[in-house]
Amino acid sequence: MSGAEREVVIRLRGIRNQFGTQVVHDGLDLDVYRGEVLGVVGGSGTGKSVLLRTIVGLQEPAAGEIEVLGVDARTHDEDKRQALRRRWGVMFQDGALFSSLTVRENVEVPLRDVAAGGAETARLDDETRHALADLKIALSGLPPFAGDKYPSELSGGMRKRAGLARALALDPDIVFLDEPTAGLDPIGAAEFDRLIRRLSRALGLTVFMVTHDLDSLHACCDRIAVLAEKKVLVTGTMAEMLEVDHPWVHEYFHGPRARAALASAAE
Amino acid sequence: MGSIADTTAEAHAARRDDPADAAFSSREVDGALCLRGAATLSNLAELQAALQSGARRIDLSDLSRLDSAGAWALATYRRRVEGAELIGLKPPHADIFETVDTALAPPEDDPAPRRSMADRLEGIGRAVVGSARTGGELIAYLGIFLQRLAVSIRHPSRFHLTALVHHCQEVGLKAVPIVALMAFLIGIVLAFQGSTQLRQFGAEVFVVDLIAISVLRELGILLTAIIVAGRTASSYTAAIGSMKMREEVDAMRALGVDPAHALIVPRILALLLMLPILGLIANVSGLIGGMFMSWIELGISPAMFRTRLVEGTDISHVFVGLVKAPFFALIIGIVGCHAGMQVKGNAESLGMMTSRAVVAAIFMVIVADALFSIFFAELGI
Repeated sequence: MSGAEREVVIRLRGIRNQFGTQVVHDGLDLDVYRGEVLGVVGGSGTGKSVLLRTIVGLQEPAAGEIEVLGVDARTHDEDKRQALRRRWGVMFQDGALFSSLTVRENVEVPLRDVAAGGAETARLDDETRHALADLKIALSGLPPFAGDKYPSELSGGMRKRAGLARALALDPDIVFLDEPTAGLDPIGAAEFDRLIRRLSRALGLTVFMVTHDLDSLHACCDRIAVLAEKKVLVTGTMAEMLEVDHPWVHEYFHGPRARAALASAAE
Repeated sequence: MGSIADTTAEAHAARRDDPADAAFSSREVDGALCLRGAATLSNLAELQAALQSGARRIDLSDLSRLDSAGAWALATYRRRVEGAELIGLKPPHADIFETVDTALAPPEDDPAPRRSMADRLEGIGRAVVGSARTGGELIAYLGIFLQRLAVSIRHPSRFHLTALVHHCQEVGLKAVPIVALMAFLIGIVLAFQGSTQLRQFGAEVFVVDLIAISVLRELGILLTAIIVAGRTASSYTAAIGSMKMREEVDAMRALGVDPAHALIVPRILALLLMLPILGLIANVSGLIGGMFMSWIELGISPAMFRTRLVEGTDISHVFVGLVKAPFFALIIGIVGCHAGMQVKGNAESLGMMTSRAVVAAIFMVIVADALFSIFFAELGI
């Protein structure tokens, strides 16, 4: 699959983000293609999460164009933005589940919205909504009993899965993941990588993933984008990354941990 | 596809906001239900309506889109209707269907148990045991506080003096304006009500005794304790509870800092020190309010009020009032700290425990005051 003729689902042009005098992004361009799993890496403070927040509209950029699924994401037409929001799902770092709701109720929140804002045909009855939420919970690899638990009763790994289940609730085209494997044990992280890989293939998801985890990059990313010097320095596959001779990129992909990850991926 | 006889029952719906959501329709073809278009979440109702027909064979080769909601409807249909088969599933859709079908839990057959009489009784029993247990825990907290206080006295270096001073400021100094204003207004109300009643008997001058005894014995300290319960019990619960939520309390334990020592002792001790002072301020302020109103309403001059107060009111009333302050302080502090430590990991429980702490503290203060009244009456003080 060559990148050139594939459909671009996220197109960023000339993004500029700044907090006070501190410029985080300047002239940042990035294309994300349909169906791919893109891993975004970069040192601390290079604005990986800020970039994610910018695309989903939580952070208003100082300048630049954001086009998601062919729609200008910075439009002031609130209906269009709302329609767009329902076509992507976001999983925040620690799941960001609503702590006063059970996991099932959390997953039902976006589904409720379908019923509330929709035409008469889109109304979901309670039973269907429960069943769909349970399905998403199962798809995320959580055991059935997890649906009745409150977020505080779950482990960190399960909270992340529940966050993923909520992100998947509306069968989005794009899923944004913020550090999906951070804070997970290696086994849990590897399972999560496989889960993302499997779901992105089966459901045709496009995945935009901010990560630090070299194993995740190997295990589930089709393409990697490196953030440095306030923009996307380079994008490409893992093999292409190994060829880049920018010092930071070289250090990142050739450091001892990278070699270990590479070795384990080759097994 | 074979020959298509168009005996269609077409369920057609134009999608509103979403151009990518194509329409969905279904028709009967040679005994098979032929689905066409997008079997997605937004068309789920139509899809389910179409599946009501109970057809055995469902032809999916004309589907343009299938998402997990559509796949769920088809998968549950296949489980529900015996002998149902799905044909013509295209590769990308087959993946989705496969994933959803394997994720679907095996059908459960335990309906929610009905609540019987025994269950209701059990609920009452649990509530009773729960409150008994809470009572026991409160006494345990009193014990913890006293024990840690004794340790602090023996090892003054372990005592958190800065925290104590800080809490004294928060609990005591910052509460002075509201307590003083409240007591002043109570004095005014008492003088006003007392004067209208006592005037009928020409016993206006006894309004001084009325104000003095009621403010000094009961109202000054009781209302101060109620205000402090509202202000301080809630802030103790919220502060300790949010520390509990963010695992700060666990971090303290792990670092070898005793939470009871660092959090509970300074807070309760601050209340113990401050509540009598606040009570005294309330007494003075209440008397001033009463004096002010007596002067306006009855023409009892401040000098006369003072004389009458000193001559007619025994000093023991002040002590009877203020002796209750430390007990109220202990109740408020222990209830607030205990509720804070009961907070679980979510925001909801923080709010619930905070309001519960305020209600419990005020209620227990009033109960204690009633017990004191009976006690003093029996003793004849």
